[in-house]
Amino acid sequence: MSTKKEPIWIARNLSKCSGCRKCEISCSLFHENRVWPEASRIRVFMLVPGAEFPHFCAQCEDYPCVQACPVKALSTSKKTGAVLVKTKACIACGKCVEACPGRIPHMHPTKNHIVICDLCKGNPRCVKVCQEGGWNVLTIVPRKAQPYKLYARTPEETTRDLVAKMYGEQGEEYL
Amino acid sequence: MILGYAGKFLEVDLSKGSIKEIKFDDNVLKGYVGGRGLAARILWDRLGSKWEKIDPLGSENILLFLTGPLTGYFPGGRICVSGKSPQSNGVVGSTVGGEFGVELRCAGYDGVIVAGESEKPVYLSVKDSDAEIRDASHVWGKDAKQTVATLTKESRELLKKLYPKYGEWKEPAMLYVGPAGENKVRTAVVAAKWSHAAGYGGYGAVMGSKKLKAVAVKGTGPLPEAADLKKVKRLIRVVDDNAYDSELWRRWGTGAGGYEVGAKTSSEPVRNWQDEWHDERSFGVDQFENRVWIKHYWSDFGCPTCCLKIAVVKTGEFKGAITDNPDYELQAYLGPNLGIFTPEENVFLASLIDDLGLCGIQTGNVMGFAAELFQRGILTKKDLDGIELKWGDASAFAALTRKIAFREGVGDLLAEGTYRAALKIGKMKNMDLLPYAVQSKGISIGAHGIRSGKDYPEIISYACSVQCGDHTSTAGLPLDGSGSELMEIFNDSGVYCNFNSFGIPRNVRFDFYEAVTGLELTREEWCKTKALRVLQLQRATLLLGGPDMQWNPKIHDDNPPRFYEPLPSGPYKGKTTDRAAVEEYKNRYYEAVGWDENGIPKSETLRKLGLYDVDKALEKLR
Repeated sequence: MSTKKEPIWIARNLSKCSGCRKCEISCSLFHENRVWPEASRIRVFMLVPGAEFPHFCAQCEDYPCVQACPVKALSTSKKTGAVLVKTKACIACGKCVEACPGRIPHMHPTKNHIVICDLCKGNPRCVKVCQEGGWNVLTIVPRKAQPYKLYARTPEETTRDLVAKMYGEQGEEYL
Repeated sequence: MILGYAGKFLEVDLSKGSIKEIKFDDNVLKGYVGGRGLAARILWDRLGSKWEKIDPLGSENILLFLTGPLTGYFPGGRICVSGKSPQSNGVVGSTVGGEFGVELRCAGYDGVIVAGESEKPVYLSVKDSDAEIRDASHVWGKDAKQTVATLTKESRELLKKLYPKYGEWKEPAMLYVGPAGENKVRTAVVAAKWSHAAGYGGYGAVMGSKKLKAVAVKGTGPLPEAADLKKVKRLIRVVDDNAYDSELWRRWGTGAGGYEVGAKTSSEPVRNWQDEWHDERSFGVDQFENRVWIKHYWSDFGCPTCCLKIAVVKTGEFKGAITDNPDYELQAYLGPNLGIFTPEENVFLASLIDDLGLCGIQTGNVMGFAAELFQRGILTKKDLDGIELKWGDASAFAALTRKIAFREGVGDLLAEGTYRAALKIGKMKNMDLLPYAVQSKGISIGAHGIRSGKDYPEIISYACSVQCGDHTSTAGLPLDGSGSELMEIFNDSGVYCNFNSFGIPRNVRFDFYEAVTGLELTREEWCKTKALRVLQLQRATLLLGGPDMQWNPKIHDDNPPRFYEPLPSGPYKGKTTDRAAVEEYKNRYYEAVGWDENGIPKSETLRKLGLYDVDKALEKLR
């Protein structure tokens, strides 16, 4: 686990995801003190069985969500590089979802604001639990000048790629 | 309200098209916990007074999808499916892994109760407190993969339309039936994902009889509040650490068994249990791992074990077949039991079984039975609609699988399951075919034999189980020991995966229950009262039976005849089951659970447990 103060990034190896959803459990326990999959900032999609993967903020270099927010409810953390949500300012308009190339942000299921991964202030709980299980889908790397936007893809796009890899041409039929 | 429960259930009447919310008294939940225990209580309350008259495939049967207070908290989420079983005529608690139970609890329900039957194919769609019966005619007849794809897409589009600003919707969790369930095949499953199945009990046929194709649930709330979350987190850690320490179990799941259970413990069904030993290295787990597994760790909600794998056939005639591992049971029943010893053929048959919504154990068993009849010349090629059902011929077994799923020709007879098929074909041939039927009270026996004495089941495990042939719910003494059926009742009532309870300290599961519900429950209280009540209810329903058959414990609390034949080969050649020992153990078991010498629950046993109406109902059997 990185203890350095430099910004971090969560590297992801999606095809190794077991679908255990322990990341959802630990994320929601940390942020909501409940086991609450829909309120988790990291969500595991299974649009096709076997092709499970975690869907969460990639911290794009140009932060289109932050730019799209009409009420300045979104900002970036200088310390971690994460997108921060001012929950009281957010008007739940959904403009950030539209602006995100991966449609990653989603509404809190019971409160009137958006939820986005905040990297747990630099100590992401999802990474910890993924590594404990030895899956290593998620690992922490220093944030450098990499094309992070590539990892902001919609659930359909990612699923299409994963099923092609797993099931070949017939994978398309299962979408 | 007790903590750890959502506090309400969804009750659907498909004949009336009505949906309502109902609650159970706290004492019912305290007494029966959830899942299998609660199913026994609900079914007895609603159908007990006329149990023997209820046709499991008629509109009067009630289908249950029940969670327990530990679902979603105890690592490894499952859901318990129940009702009056079209296999045993009793109550079977049949559980299946996946996120369905978690989604249901997050939607605010502890379970779904389905009564009546629909005229047209329908599916039930639940989003939090909104539930709707929707048309399913476009997916009726569709196989597993088509059904999942269509309904996943449809459900997500619907959610998107209703909540356009929410962002992307995760898929709802789904339970469904394939063509076999629609055709009321008694070996049909209630399925989740592509290959997860609630097999024992035959509830796929019940779903099909109600014309209920699927139930899809999306819950956006948190899991019901736990009494002591800190303690819950600590206990999750205990269960996880125990699993993380068993690297081989995680790596291979039960998949090592396809070779090992034959070669080492000599307790694997080979050619309809004519043997239980094989040493075919072609069926080794390394072959599965290296040739067909494309995903090595596949889990359901919160599971640290990942015993599931995904297999894809990459070469040869059956290229493109996809299924989970197969696990040991399907390896055995769709492998050596049919004379098949290669991963590719085994994966192909498991994939076909999954696609059609059949149970690999029950269907593999009945196909082995048919193949033995063919071997002995009792069933001819003509009887089998032109199929030459030779051991090891995967294509022939695939052709038969399809006939069973669609109840075509000879498939219509075999779709009744091994016991009923043996009676029907026996009548046609004027022969006693029960010596070839490896089952117990209508439920085919799991792929763990008893003759070598080297596997976990004991000589009365199946004969005295209230779930009959179910290898996950076997009977044994002492009643508070790890081989007791009462412990399985706890797993199936708390509703979580029993695989994650292997090797954890004895009291962890009861501590877990207390941490979630805030209610104290000792192992002693569980074994002496609560679990025993569930056991008696299940026993009572099993003995009362159904319109088509009833069981006489004197005859039917027994092993299949084959288990008294000597093992013909292998390291335990000649070993068999000692009848006198079975009788002696059975009598001790009857005594321990409070049944009389004829295997009927004693009046005093039932009265002590407060089951007065059960006592009254059983009077006619005494």
